[in-house]
Amino acid sequence: MSESATAQKTNRVGLTKEDYGGAPSTMCKGCGHDRISEAVIQAAFHLGVESHRIVKMSGIGCSSKTPAYFLGRTFGLNATHGRMPSFATGSYVANSALMPLGVSGDGDTASIGIGQFVHLVRRNPKMVYIVENNGVYGLTKGQFSATADRESPSKRGALPSEGPIDLCSLALDLGCSFVARSFSGDKKQLVPLIEAAFSHNGLAFLDVISPCVTFNNHDESTKSYTYHKDHEVHYHDVTFVPHFEHIDVEYEPGSVQTVPLHDGSKLHLKKLDAAYDPTDFQRAAHALRETRANRQILTGLIYINKGTPTFAETLKLPATPLASLDEKTLRPSREALDKFNAAHRV
Amino acid sequence: MSKSVVNDFTLNIATPNGTGSQTSNTIIFRALYHMGIAAAAKNLFPSNIQGLPTWFSIRVSAGGWQARAEQCEILLTLNPATWNQDIANHPRGGVIVDNTDYKIPESRFEGYVRYSVPFESLALKHLRDAKLRPKLKNLIYVGVVAQLFGIEEESVQATIRAMFANKQELFDVNWEACKIGIDYAKENLKKQDPYRFARANQTAGKILIDGNDACGLGAVYGGCTAFTWYPITPASSLGEAVIEFFRKYRTEKDGTRNYAVVQAEDELAAIGMVLGAGWAGARAATSTSGPGISLMGENFGYGYYAEIPAVVFDVQRVGPSTGLPTRTQQSDLLLVAFHSHGDTSFPMLIPANAAECFEFAWRAFDVADRYQTPVVVMSDLDLGMNTWVSEPLVYPDRPFDRGKILTPEKLAQLEKWGRYKDVDGDGIPYRSIAGRTQDSRFSYFTRGSGHDENAVYSESDQVYARNLDRLARKIRGTVQVLPEPVLAGKGNAEVGIIAFGSTDHAVREALAANETAADYLRLRAYPFHDSVGEFIAGHDRVVVIEQNQQGQMAQLLRMALPEHAPKIESITYYGGLPLSAAFVARALNGTLAKV
Ligand SMILES: Cc1ncc(C[n+]2csc(CCOP(=O)(O)OP(=O)(O)O)c2C)c(N)n1
Ligand code: SF4
Ligand SMILES: [Mg+2]
Repeated sequence: MSESATAQKTNRVGLTKEDYGGAPSTMCKGCGHDRISEAVIQAAFHLGVESHRIVKMSGIGCSSKTPAYFLGRTFGLNATHGRMPSFATGSYVANSALMPLGVSGDGDTASIGIGQFVHLVRRNPKMVYIVENNGVYGLTKGQFSATADRESPSKRGALPSEGPIDLCSLALDLGCSFVARSFSGDKKQLVPLIEAAFSHNGLAFLDVISPCVTFNNHDESTKSYTYHKDHEVHYHDVTFVPHFEHIDVEYEPGSVQTVPLHDGSKLHLKKLDAAYDPTDFQRAAHALRETRANRQILTGLIYINKGTPTFAETLKLPATPLASLDEKTLRPSREALDKFNAAHRV
Repeated sequence: MSKSVVNDFTLNIATPNGTGSQTSNTIIFRALYHMGIAAAAKNLFPSNIQGLPTWFSIRVSAGGWQARAEQCEILLTLNPATWNQDIANHPRGGVIVDNTDYKIPESRFEGYVRYSVPFESLALKHLRDAKLRPKLKNLIYVGVVAQLFGIEEESVQATIRAMFANKQELFDVNWEACKIGIDYAKENLKKQDPYRFARANQTAGKILIDGNDACGLGAVYGGCTAFTWYPITPASSLGEAVIEFFRKYRTEKDGTRNYAVVQAEDELAAIGMVLGAGWAGARAATSTSGPGISLMGENFGYGYYAEIPAVVFDVQRVGPSTGLPTRTQQSDLLLVAFHSHGDTSFPMLIPANAAECFEFAWRAFDVADRYQTPVVVMSDLDLGMNTWVSEPLVYPDRPFDRGKILTPEKLAQLEKWGRYKDVDGDGIPYRSIAGRTQDSRFSYFTRGSGHDENAVYSESDQVYARNLDRLARKIRGTVQVLPEPVLAGKGNAEVGIIAFGSTDHAVREALAANETAADYLRLRAYPFHDSVGEFIAGHDRVVVIEQNQQGQMAQLLRMALPEHAPKIESITYYGGLPLSAAFVARALNGTLAKV
């Protein structure tokens, strides 16, 4: 082994960053989705995610293909179009010790899968849910998705005939316990948000604007690189400190809001807007509405609520995963059946 | 009065839906059971919560037959909206119990034995509590029927006690209401008809249960831990049964639940959750009916191709479309057998009675796990929602078969594991389950798109075809574990009858009464066991009796056994009522008369 290979950096579980990689990507060159895959790899490596403790879940679309390109040691399931939430829920219920890492597209989630998305949010399983949002159906060659803005023309100049769904507003309204938005090209913001999502005990929803370079990256498109750069606003810069790192950073009093996360990690929000507080639901809702009205794209941690019970808690699931319970626990006794029969003889 | 007719007649009770008559009807049925009479109860109810008419028919016969009778000897016409039609349909010479307060013209009762009871006035006079009156009012007709036709008081009392969980106050009010009817009949009605219930010996050892409860309990005994559902008649009570039995049998003392129930947002999600849970190693199931099965289509194909165990209960009702939601059919066979796009095939277990509902429910989980595929238990509304006098449920005769789940020891043995490799030549690959080990050689990516033996994305034509062929072979192999058909008769008659599911009762009854010597093969599963082909080969004529228009089982048989196709004939009924022996006998005579 060469000197450089042995010297390769390993994380707290002894894995290198390459260990978090996957099969070679088949995305178009420059596709935003690849940047998100890189961010996932970076976040998982930094956090020391153990590959056997999560499962990758996705639907159908270019975005939904990407789980094949990261965390190759981890089990994955590429479900049917728009149905990832139900498969993820099933897996979670069977074994809630396995955290689903869901990856979807705006078509997969906001169009065909909106129903399942809505109900997933209502259930609040511990899960990361990333929508790689490009405003189009990339895989079927660029038709509008349900997140396409009315004023955003297609490459050929046609405008959508329906209004857009803002997934962050929807998720917030449905009681989502973690709502964030970011941009595929902004690793500085995206990576810590993904890390925070992993550390959250509940459904962590990330709407990541991810330009489709092939079908929706022209200047007039509201999901293009240039449009995003010109219209993005954020009320804080985010820094993630995992529970196993003890870094104390000195901040000027009042300039930083620290959001403690479930696993002991922390998200430091360096305030650019003194009033913004992502634990304040009303403010979050207002900020989303206001920025939209101003044709701005609000990014960062929009809302977090640590008090919402997870689906496993609501269902009172046992400590041993349902999937691991044995026959002795699961099959009632012969006597119980005798009793049952006897009770049905009157 | 002519010679008395004992335990061989049918009583039809017409009431408006949602008025509490269900309780009264059940008391009559169960009191008969208490007297040792195996009555057949058929509830003909509307797709509505309150107001539309319902008919509850209680049939008693020397043979204790459980099929619907076409004839009805006694009519209780207690629905102001239907008496006109009810009486018009009632054969002359029969008995009518009517509500005097409806003031039905005298002339309508010509040619009938009439017992008129002022139910409303009696209720007003004797039932003081205005709040309880609407419910208790129905008990009055229980008393009238008991007194007129000889249901023993002791049996009525025992039934009321059992139904109200031995609560004395509840027993008292119900029995008192019942007594109003008994006393009225005693004092005012003179017996003029020949019909009489009498103690019998038809129920020894048997239990009272509906198919949905039996399926629900079977799922629990089968080790189901994740149950997802979206309510639909006639499958809802199956889901409710699972919930009840989970609570009862799977709750730890500290409140921990060794189960999860998710009421899904629709059937697409219900099957998705089942597949997700099955993929993660749990035994998972869902219950639905035709419309829900239709919605599940795409994910059925996913389960087939990605090879994920799943159990689905299809309690069939009348289609197409919303059809008749509260009536029965066996019309999802072709849909289920080849569900979803592309070349697929799904094993079906087809119970004919409640005891089989229980058995096939737990067995379905073994089949699904062993063959890593969605498996469907095909029940129907008649079987699922009516209460049957059934053989007792039998404790499973074998432990769980979780199938080929990869263990670290097995992995070491296999050296080069591939998720979809046919190691043993039976088409069934070894499966690893997320979260069971840290060894990353176990992990793989599950997808519904083209994949090779190692679960790697592939668009190769040869890989694709090979995979489909293996899947077909694998599913064909399920005949080894699916319930075998049941043969009645010596097997050497000229005519062979084939039927399946709940129509078994009508078919057996018809054959018992018919001089035509025919052998009868009851199918209990799809794909077909080899003995089905042998049965057909061994008979000159083969008639398939089923409850759908297209002769769906006959079609499946013709497809599976093309060499016998020309000799397979069809008898079908698809109006939505449970099949009657009289229909079978008529149709059979008609069909066999044709050359
Ligand atoms: C039931 C069904 N309908 C349609 C399709 C075709 N289809 C595949 S991907 C896709 C849209 C994907 O869009 P999105 O989720 O935004 O992913 P992107 O490719 O943009 O990343 C569609 C319509 C399908 N696979 N399944
Ligand atoms: S079509 Fe668009 S979304 Fe799909 S890979 Fe290409 S750039 Fe990415
Ligand atoms: Mg898209």
